[in-house]
Amino acid sequence: MGQKLTIEPVTRVEGHGKVTIHLDDENNVIQSRLHIVEFRGFERFVQGRPYWEAPVLVQRLCGICPVSHHLAAAKALDAIVGVGPDGLTPTGEKMRRLMHYGQMFQSHALHFFHLVSPDLLFGINANPEKRNVIEVAREFKNLAVQGVMMRKFGQEIIRATAGKKIHGTGAIPGGINKNLTLEERDYFVMGKDPMNIDKMIEWSKEALALFKGYHKDNKEFVDGFAAFPSNHLSLVRADGALDLYHGNLRAVDHKGNKILHDVDYRNYLDYIGEEVKSWSYMKFPFLKNLGAKEGWYRVGPLARLNTCDFIPTPLAQREFEEYKSYTKGKPNNMSMHMHWARLIETLHAAEVMRDLLNDSDLQGNDLVAKGNKCNEGVGLIEAPRGTLFHHYQIDNNDLIKMCNLIVSTTHNNEPMNRAVNQVADTMISGQKSIKEGMLNAVEVAIRAYDPCLSCATHAMGKMPLEIDLFDNEGQLLDRKTK
Amino acid sequence: MKKCLVYGFGNPGRQDDGLGIMLVERWEMWAKTFGIRHMDFDYNYQLNIEDADLIRNYEKVVFVDATVAEIDDIMLEKVVPTEKTEFTMHAMHPGFILHLCQSLYAKSPETMLLSIKGYEFEFGEAVTEKALKNLEIGLHLAFEILSVTNISDIRCCLSD
Repeated sequence: MGQKLTIEPVTRVEGHGKVTIHLDDENNVIQSRLHIVEFRGFERFVQGRPYWEAPVLVQRLCGICPVSHHLAAAKALDAIVGVGPDGLTPTGEKMRRLMHYGQMFQSHALHFFHLVSPDLLFGINANPEKRNVIEVAREFKNLAVQGVMMRKFGQEIIRATAGKKIHGTGAIPGGINKNLTLEERDYFVMGKDPMNIDKMIEWSKEALALFKGYHKDNKEFVDGFAAFPSNHLSLVRADGALDLYHGNLRAVDHKGNKILHDVDYRNYLDYIGEEVKSWSYMKFPFLKNLGAKEGWYRVGPLARLNTCDFIPTPLAQREFEEYKSYTKGKPNNMSMHMHWARLIETLHAAEVMRDLLNDSDLQGNDLVAKGNKCNEGVGLIEAPRGTLFHHYQIDNNDLIKMCNLIVSTTHNNEPMNRAVNQVADTMISGQKSIKEGMLNAVEVAIRAYDPCLSCATHAMGKMPLEIDLFDNEGQLLDRKTK
Repeated sequence: MKKCLVYGFGNPGRQDDGLGIMLVERWEMWAKTFGIRHMDFDYNYQLNIEDADLIRNYEKVVFVDATVAEIDDIMLEKVVPTEKTEFTMHAMHPGFILHLCQSLYAKSPETMLLSIKGYEFEFGEAVTEKALKNLEIGLHLAFEILSVTNISDIRCCLSD
């Protein structure tokens, strides 16, 4: 009798997802899929609202990455107010960059310390009761404190640049509404340990060392787990540098050949299509020049370090060179190396924050640029999880009449499905019984992409992990909850 | 007098999920009006690990949140530390934050959760009328707590 195995919700990822694994009579995987409910409803939510409200409204998409939506919307509205992507004042752009790199820093730290470290420290086959941050706190207390304080540091950067923790209003069409006071700057530069930028850089290096040590001891797993060739897409700066805030769109194939040549992201509709599949609410983006079958791609830390030529801060660049040498300069297609790439970006974000904090432009008073208004704007940003598109059209009354969002997790839809399929096939096929560690392995593959699934509302105590086992006629055979 | 933290969380863009933050904003406004200095106020979309670092500095903490639990209107309960992690950090429980605080900092503020019954959690900023009535009941309780001048008496007030 064939079986359908359901993992729902997927644990320790942002939001709510479900994995179904279909087994035949011999417990061989015949099909696996990741199902996600996406944000599409939100695009209607902002229609009819004044355009200047968008950067505040869109933060309600998600409690983990509101700043990414805030800034992507603000960049789109820069175009609408006629400032364009390159027309901000130095203070305006640098304050936004500080906010963005603070967001990147705290999000990456949260992902690594809270979501990933239990798997690395205790092993993916460890008792599930042990694979959580409370156990990390118990056995690796200093590490857990580092995770908490790195997240807090990033959050405080956001508070100082966006104005407050929620409903931040820092970025406005054409610029920013505040600068960084000297007192705020000194808090981050000369704060009592550990709340200062030098300590954050030191801890970022230690986190990298932790991962590299794990990799050294577990090469076969880290290199082989959910590894598969793909295309990669991200922003890059005009000179090819890693830039998480602004640049052109570049894509490379799994061998490193450029398949999208540093194009203007405002024309994204010319380059990116979205395929609909009957079994998922989430679309499947692809590069139009390659078609839906061959044009799917990864986004996020792994993709960014595959598309960029170098990292423009010295410590991260040194790590980047070591990382690139591991694949002999070719693109890295190993899903678990996403953690390595993410930690290099964490270090880079800390270095960028340090440089910005020491830049006197942040104390400038020329905050907003002005231009000639038009009715359409596209904003693009590299969010922690990958490339994020915001596109708005407004009517003659300044009300939003069209909104299109392509969020990072959507870009990674096909890669996550492939990762799930590969892991399910290699670890579950042919087994006589399904052990929890095998199911966790599927989740580990998804977690590497740090997906941010449709979320934002919560119902405490109502969302346990449920595993349902069905026969081939859809009858429930077994249900486990953890 | 040591301080009390009142901390609301939820998403105001998800209808009744914004109840916790609405209540704390009103509570904070009253506190300013009456010159109350022994209470601090904070709010966020959701709880997260750095809140363990925040609450360690307080003698008492009152979390305020919307709930879909089967209660009539509001419920005040003592938070006990729990190791149980939710499937996502979007559903982090105050008990988890308290446990993390104890584990990392050996601090254990007396912690309570004020839950306000909500009904609709779709995209939208308008809180439902039924939920607004529950908010009013919560505000009465908040006002009682506000009137307590000695922080050590708050627990008694809350238990009434």
